[in-house]
Amino acid sequence: MRKYVPKDNVQGKSYYTDRFWVAPRVPRSEVEDEHFAAVVTALGDLAKESYVEIGQLVVHIDATNNFTVLKTLKEKCGYTQCSEQSAVDYLAKDGEFELFYQLLNVNEAKRVRVVCRIKNGEAIESVEPLFKSANFAEREMFDMFGIKVNNHPFLKRIIMPDDWEGHPLLKTYPLHGDEFASWYEVDKIFGKEYRDIIGPENRDPAKVDRHDTKRFSRVGYEVPFGADISEGETEKAIEYSETLLVNYNKKASKQLDERR
Amino acid sequence: MQVANKLSPFFENLNFERDDNTMVINFGPQHPSAHGQLRLVLELDGEQVVKAYPDIGYLHRGIEKMAENMTYNEFLPTTDRLDYIASTSNNYAYALAVEKLIGVEAPRRAQVIRTMLLELNRVISHLFFVATHALDVGAMSVFLYAFREREFAMDLMEDYCGARLTHSAVRIGGVPLDLPAGWLENAAAFCDKVDHEVEHTYGALLNENRIWKMRLEDVGVISAEDALSWGCTGPMLRGSGVQYDIRKEEPYELYSELDFDIPVSDRCDSYGRFRLYMEEMKQSTRIIRQLIPMHAETSPELMAHAPQYISAPKEEIMTQNYALMQHFVLVTQGMRPPKGEVYVPTESPKGELGFYIKSEGEPYAYRLKCRAPSFFHTGLLQELLVGTYIADVVTIIGTTNIVFGEVDR
Repeated sequence: MRKYVPKDNVQGKSYYTDRFWVAPRVPRSEVEDEHFAAVVTALGDLAKESYVEIGQLVVHIDATNNFTVLKTLKEKCGYTQCSEQSAVDYLAKDGEFELFYQLLNVNEAKRVRVVCRIKNGEAIESVEPLFKSANFAEREMFDMFGIKVNNHPFLKRIIMPDDWEGHPLLKTYPLHGDEFASWYEVDKIFGKEYRDIIGPENRDPAKVDRHDTKRFSRVGYEVPFGADISEGETEKAIEYSETLLVNYNKKASKQLDERR
Repeated sequence: MQVANKLSPFFENLNFERDDNTMVINFGPQHPSAHGQLRLVLELDGEQVVKAYPDIGYLHRGIEKMAENMTYNEFLPTTDRLDYIASTSNNYAYALAVEKLIGVEAPRRAQVIRTMLLELNRVISHLFFVATHALDVGAMSVFLYAFREREFAMDLMEDYCGARLTHSAVRIGGVPLDLPAGWLENAAAFCDKVDHEVEHTYGALLNENRIWKMRLEDVGVISAEDALSWGCTGPMLRGSGVQYDIRKEEPYELYSELDFDIPVSDRCDSYGRFRLYMEEMKQSTRIIRQLIPMHAETSPELMAHAPQYISAPKEEIMTQNYALMQHFVLVTQGMRPPKGEVYVPTESPKGELGFYIKSEGEPYAYRLKCRAPSFFHTGLLQELLVGTYIADVVTIIGTTNIVFGEVDR
């Protein structure tokens, strides 16, 4: 029977798993610090859950309140910089994305992480009016996860090309790229009908043809452009060395017969 | 719009026929002053920039995706490729984030070596900045002098770890090697050399140079509020009058024990930032000088003792059965940090380099986000460039000191 591969998470898996292993958790402590306590008080009911994890305050909020919370943090608590904003893909487990905003208070040298969750397909309100750094960060999040951001001034792919299909940091995105990704350059430069002519083996742009005088220079052995220098010799396919068990140069079925 | 055919090719750099009087030009992605693969679409009215649109992604390698499919130790050499001008600072930022996650602290000798390497990398990066910035603006000779000193610094790195660009000189939990014989003397000599050159060569050539000042003063002015809002860090933030350096405010490694100053400029322009870089090099050499005597006072352990996460020393592995078993598990499966999330900021030469790691208790990180300073500095360009003249565009890109390894990741 073929091994079952889950489709909702195609990322690399640990080869060895101990089914009795229970991973410990990084210790979370109560909010004791004076400044952090003031932050939690300022947020009031907006903070669903708050604790300190490795020296930083983590506040869980409702995704619909994200703008209000960040505005409160900026205007009342002095968190004037949004260092980072991105998402974590929990679609396979919970059908949700976890979004986080990493904020910095320059005067107190304190950091707060605001965490919220949205369902797949839901949009989030942009915080670009508060923190301009969110302009690029939210675009990257949209590009990498496909999370739509409402009222963003210019929500467009930032790292991948505009006509790209799929969102690379999703757990469903294959590691080696999908069909679209592997043919992207061929489709774009030559057209889809050239897929058969070029073939997967010639898709590699690093291919070198020593008889081709149109695209490859022959430094020190110059010939006219496009001249035929093959002298009747044809380009041979790459031969792989024979090993004890497998002869790659012969057809696999025949070879198995011989081994029998 | 242009109608392109075989007889009249498409000029991708220029767009002539528009209704208004503006011209759109493509700056890059192969412009020598773009410091990598930055494509900047500029809309010009005469020589003035009306609209700027930084287009990035030409160096995207999916490093965050790779991190999700590698064990923690496997990923460390990949971080070299983020800010490839100062690789050790990336290695260190990543290693520190993982160490915070597993609750391990490096032994003191490793801390001394790491801090020294970090500052050496800062000097390397700042020398590179001064050299290329001067070259972009038009001062050729500074480039030659600064690269000479950078070569000495790279020789020091090569002596230590064998690599000049992609160092991987830091491990999770410590450093792999002790300093080779004579390294500290060479480092001290290098510090003297850099101090002298910063003062008497680059400083003498540029600081009061009339042309240099005309090109840099009041160019690329960022207010403190804007700098914070756009996520500027490092010299970009301190150049706008905000005295925030993570080494001082949220100290890591030995920085709390060391005596150094944080230069800050309230000029808010390119010249102020340039002077900051020059001053920071002097502060870095000051730190290295303080660290040199500290090395001899430490005991020779180089890696933290946490056999669950970090392989035991070779001697223990070869003599004790259980240490060998744990080592085997760590090598074949990788370490399994506890569940949790961590964000650790460090002061890289470019600004705040932070790693956010979300761990689900697996040998692979569930999510790793690299907070690269250059990414946000590139975002700033779309506002900073508007209203400036095309001759100043190169100065402004130079002063942001962006490296595309970490912008595109």
